[in-house]
Amino acid sequence: MLIRLTGGKVYDPASGVDGKQHDIYIQNGKIIDKPIGDFQVDKEYDLKGKIVMSGAIDMHTHIGGGKGNIARTLLPEDHRNDPVASTHICRSGCGHAAPSTFITGYRYAEMGYTTGFEPALLPINARQAHMEMGDIPILDKGGYVMLGSDDFSLRLLTAKKDQKAINDYVAWTMNAAKAIGVKVVNPGGINAFKFNQRKLDLDEQNSHYGVTPRNILRVLATAVKEIGVSHPLHVHGCNLGVPGNMQTTLDTIQGIGGLPMHLTHIQFHSYGTEGDFKFSSGAAQIAEAINKNKNITIDVGQILFGQTVTASGDNMRQHANHKFASPQKWVTMDIECDAGCGVVPFKYKDQNFVNALQWAIGLETFLLVDDPWRIFLTTDHPNGAPFTSYPHLIRLLMDRTFRNDVLSTIHPEAQKMTTLASIEREYTLQEIAIMTRAGAAKLIGLQNRGGLSAGNWADITVYTDDVDRQKMFEKPDYVFKDGELVVVDGKVIHTKWGTTHVVKPAFDKSIEKDLKAYFDKYLTMKVDNFKISDDEITEDGRGSVTVHDLKAVA
Amino acid sequence: MWDAKADSRHVFEETPEYRRFKYIKKRLEDILMSEFFEVPSPFCGIGTDDLTIKVDGLKISVIENGCAVNTPAFEQPITDTKARVNGKEVELKEAVIHAASLLKNTNYPVIGGCATDVNGMRGLLALADRTGAVVDNMNFNNARKNILALQDVGWMNTTLAEVKNRCDVLLIVGADLEGFAPRFFEKYLWNDAMFLENTSDREIIYLGTKPSGNASTSPSGKIAQVFECATENLPEVVTVLRALVKGQPIQAESVAGISIADLQAIAEKLKNAKYGVVTWAAGALNYSHAELTVQTISEMVKDLNQTTRCSGFPLGGKEGDQTANQVCGWTTGYAARVSFAKGYPEYDPFLFETNALLDNGEADALVWVNAFNAKANPPKTSLPTIVVARSGMTFEKEPDVFIPVGTPAIDHAGHAFRLDNVVAIRLKKLRDSGLPSTADVLNAIEKVLREESIC
Repeated sequence: MLIRLTGGKVYDPASGVDGKQHDIYIQNGKIIDKPIGDFQVDKEYDLKGKIVMSGAIDMHTHIGGGKGNIARTLLPEDHRNDPVASTHICRSGCGHAAPSTFITGYRYAEMGYTTGFEPALLPINARQAHMEMGDIPILDKGGYVMLGSDDFSLRLLTAKKDQKAINDYVAWTMNAAKAIGVKVVNPGGINAFKFNQRKLDLDEQNSHYGVTPRNILRVLATAVKEIGVSHPLHVHGCNLGVPGNMQTTLDTIQGIGGLPMHLTHIQFHSYGTEGDFKFSSGAAQIAEAINKNKNITIDVGQILFGQTVTASGDNMRQHANHKFASPQKWVTMDIECDAGCGVVPFKYKDQNFVNALQWAIGLETFLLVDDPWRIFLTTDHPNGAPFTSYPHLIRLLMDRTFRNDVLSTIHPEAQKMTTLASIEREYTLQEIAIMTRAGAAKLIGLQNRGGLSAGNWADITVYTDDVDRQKMFEKPDYVFKDGELVVVDGKVIHTKWGTTHVVKPAFDKSIEKDLKAYFDKYLTMKVDNFKISDDEITEDGRGSVTVHDLKAVA
Repeated sequence: MWDAKADSRHVFEETPEYRRFKYIKKRLEDILMSEFFEVPSPFCGIGTDDLTIKVDGLKISVIENGCAVNTPAFEQPITDTKARVNGKEVELKEAVIHAASLLKNTNYPVIGGCATDVNGMRGLLALADRTGAVVDNMNFNNARKNILALQDVGWMNTTLAEVKNRCDVLLIVGADLEGFAPRFFEKYLWNDAMFLENTSDREIIYLGTKPSGNASTSPSGKIAQVFECATENLPEVVTVLRALVKGQPIQAESVAGISIADLQAIAEKLKNAKYGVVTWAAGALNYSHAELTVQTISEMVKDLNQTTRCSGFPLGGKEGDQTANQVCGWTTGYAARVSFAKGYPEYDPFLFETNALLDNGEADALVWVNAFNAKANPPKTSLPTIVVARSGMTFEKEPDVFIPVGTPAIDHAGHAFRLDNVVAIRLKKLRDSGLPSTADVLNAIEKVLREESIC
């Protein structure tokens, strides 16, 4: 079947097309060049006056894994406010802060998103994460495997094993957990919390291993680069949420020594200690450092006001923040000599000074970082806000008047502590397309996704141009996934199953000998039973695994 | 042309050595074909995955690392292989169509049991969504004691490998740990640990129930401390222990027969521990509102974490309980006691109990799913009943439809969750019984209903 999308205004940063009107042809799920000679179009969509982008990619969203399911179980009262009934096409479930898997898929698709990446795949919990993501319809998905607080990594570092041993272990773990990236959360801090350390600065030693977060970041970032993984080490830094952590973040950027590094939800790591409340914005300094250091990419982790739930691997910081839980209940877990998690419900309030300033800090960061290819639009779903608030966030970025109207309603002291009102920048459609499509695909190393030129899979979103950008991005006219029409007028009309994106870096098999001995002696599972096989994802007939190329390694 | 390879083989085959080699090779192949190593178990809850199992035709024998829980669970024989409708053997397809016809015009069917693997639960929830059914895990009244505490205050919990490598003081509240999991001490406490010099020095303290054997005596002969009281007195005992941990003055000299001095000593041990662990089995807390005990324990653990590290560790999760709650959790937002009657999932930990819905006349059909245990029969009811269960289940009253299914971890591959919630184990297929999986059957019933609703 040949499909033609006719006359739309195309924003495709991946091929440098910025708002040019042209037709798009789809065949067998992929975008093709206009066929030569006589051809018959089987289905045509008239897109005159419409905006066309590729399907959006959320490069950091907590959509699969144990902590999300703890958050769900913890919050029946939140689900009761957003029940979703089944239809003849869609399954039932719940929405809002901790949505059920099926509803996650539908609501992302209904906003024009076609791919999402779970950023915290604990190796021991990766199987659950993939099973949950296996129940998310329509979307493609993938995950970044979490390392750096697992005892095996720290033992390698304490034993002063060479970089090759680290590389082999990282590559082995990526294969075993079916990952496309590597993440580190509060480097070594989750482990230190198990030894009753309550904070861990960049140069502070783990009391048992004597290893510092700076060490861990360096070796892991090197490993990721040397084994050829496209996505740079994905870093949730030290001291999340601590006033003054801006300095930690600047030191982290300096400390990585030019290696590629992605700093995630940087809003939570951009705080100063100025002002009457000893809490201020560090966004300007952070943005300056990002602009200067081209090896660094970030996503923002914008907060938006309202009820949500924070679910993080960083149980050290989540425990420290438990007194802010709203409602007042929370969970932390130490997990399998591997990692941990902490789930703390949160209600961000515009009349709370700290929350209001967090909101402004996120927006300052968006607006002060120059290069849209190195910054990504996230709320760290659900930690800063549920992903369903993206259209609102896009409007805040694209519409200065609207932004300043909202700014004028937040806590007055917070208004005084932000430069937001004076920032004139408004994001363009092309810049939004970079942040949410082309840039994300490039950063993660997705081949044939995130663009609209021939050869790409036909993940396509069509919007009606509207000066109210929230309205526009809330309700696409059409969404195609792999060439199949799945959404019309912001409603799912057809469902399918997406693929799981992974990389399979090579490693020296001899690492398995050490791992087998370690698993047998200290862990609770046999190493062969730990490894996830492809057929665990594909055997139900719905899932598939897409293996992406590695970067050529020098 | 002369083929040296073929020629040499020809010559070689003549020799007695080669015949001997072929014989040994065949024997080795037979053993490899029929023996399975590092087999994971969904039955014991602790995710044992070091079983060696021999398969001879359909007969299963656990030949290494078995225990009183796993060995009989694996070795249950297959008896039925054919589905039955009204007691008459029929083809699977016919049984599926009959089951669908029984469900077609129901208003409030109940799907009970819910003891199966992840794919089985996926199929079960799809069927419930289609029919507007109630989904209720058979052990939810036990799980509820934990879930209510979780939903009220939350907790700080841990997992097996952390217990194995860090726990220096283990407080067992109201549970017989070795009765629950016979190999728990051997596998997770009397072992090598990364962060303990000598695991034999671990402090084991029983509060409430005394152990049924001596697995808790360390290899060096250190004996567990036992402070017995009646199970129903645990609420008082645990409350006093928490008060002592918090440093509150207690006027009484004893509680439920346990001296305050003994409880004070336990409190001190927990406070001085580097990594204490407090464990309980919700199923053993056999009194009403036991969730308040779980809550007190969880709050005590949080109190202890103001100065040191301590974690809770709930025991449970056998035969698919944890699996049911996890899959229902991500599919609906709620643990496995959910009604789809309104078209969307609703959670009520009390109202949607299978037995209550059968007894008070609300339910109008029962689907009973148990792929793990042929002895876990459906509750008695006069309602139309469909049983999808492990081969070998016998009935006082024959259900309208009985479909024997394979057991996850034996007859088909699959996934199950361990008691500590985080770890999913990959279940293996050990034999070719030809029995369908739970997912096969429930998806087939759902498909018939879906196709009828479209027509």
